[in-house]
Amino acid sequence: MTLEDLIALTGAQNMTPELPLDTQVSCGYTCDLLSWVMAHGKQGMAWITVQTHMNVIAVASLMEMAAVIIPEGIPMEEPSLEKAREEGVAVLQSDKTAFALCALMAQSGLPSSRPED
Amino acid sequence: MSQVLIREVFPVAAGAYETAGEASAAIKRKLKQLGVDSGVLRRVSVASYEVELNLVIHSMGGTLTLTVDPQQVTLCSKDVGPGIPDIDKAMTEGYSTANEEARSLGFGAGMGLPNMKRNASTFEIQSQAGVGTSITMGFRLDGK
Repeated sequence: MTLEDLIALTGAQNMTPELPLDTQVSCGYTCDLLSWVMAHGKQGMAWITVQTHMNVIAVASLMEMAAVIIPEGIPMEEPSLEKAREEGVAVLQSDKTAFALCALMAQSGLPSSRPED
Repeated sequence: MSQVLIREVFPVAAGAYETAGEASAAIKRKLKQLGVDSGVLRRVSVASYEVELNLVIHSMGGTLTLTVDPQQVTLCSKDVGPGIPDIDKAMTEGYSTANEEARSLGFGAGMGLPNMKRNASTFEIQSQAGVGTSITMGFRLDGK
């Protein structure tokens, strides 16, 4: 699945349209504890979180994630979006809940970050 | 003594959540330029971010020193306090003394130190209450 496919699937708004849309998305994940995500994040991951501060972008960038998805219409602060553009981390904003987003991604065949799931 | 390819010191300020991760991002860029294997790069990135966050959340300020030689990447964190009274407890997954501000940002899962140890080839921690903490992590470039 590409980032473009993910946007089409979720109907999310692309907050970083400057970034390439052909980035490969490897798996889906949701968690709001950044230290937990640092321990369990994967390259190419689409990560759903309600956190919107700059450290979200730092984590996503260090883990080389494909995208951060902010659910339930929560806005991400402009400084975080600026950093996302700088670091090349795609940010999507959705009105759907994290649960609904996960369900959509799973139904479309996107795997969990853990092969045993 | 191995030949040192890079040695750089990054200061990290206490409580600087806004800029947290910048030292780790700079370290990652440097290692990428050197052509360090992507697996090693990810492990260094995770550990450096965790240790940088620890300096921001828990310390009264400190430094992160990056050293690269042909065999390994070494990250050394030194701070000026307050020190860790019980290292065994601090190394336990899920144990955290992070304050409310840190927790509200999604930190304080008690995963930092165990996560560093898991990602590094070698991990040494020394701490004295009231004095400070130093952590030295080695990452072998052959990935072992």
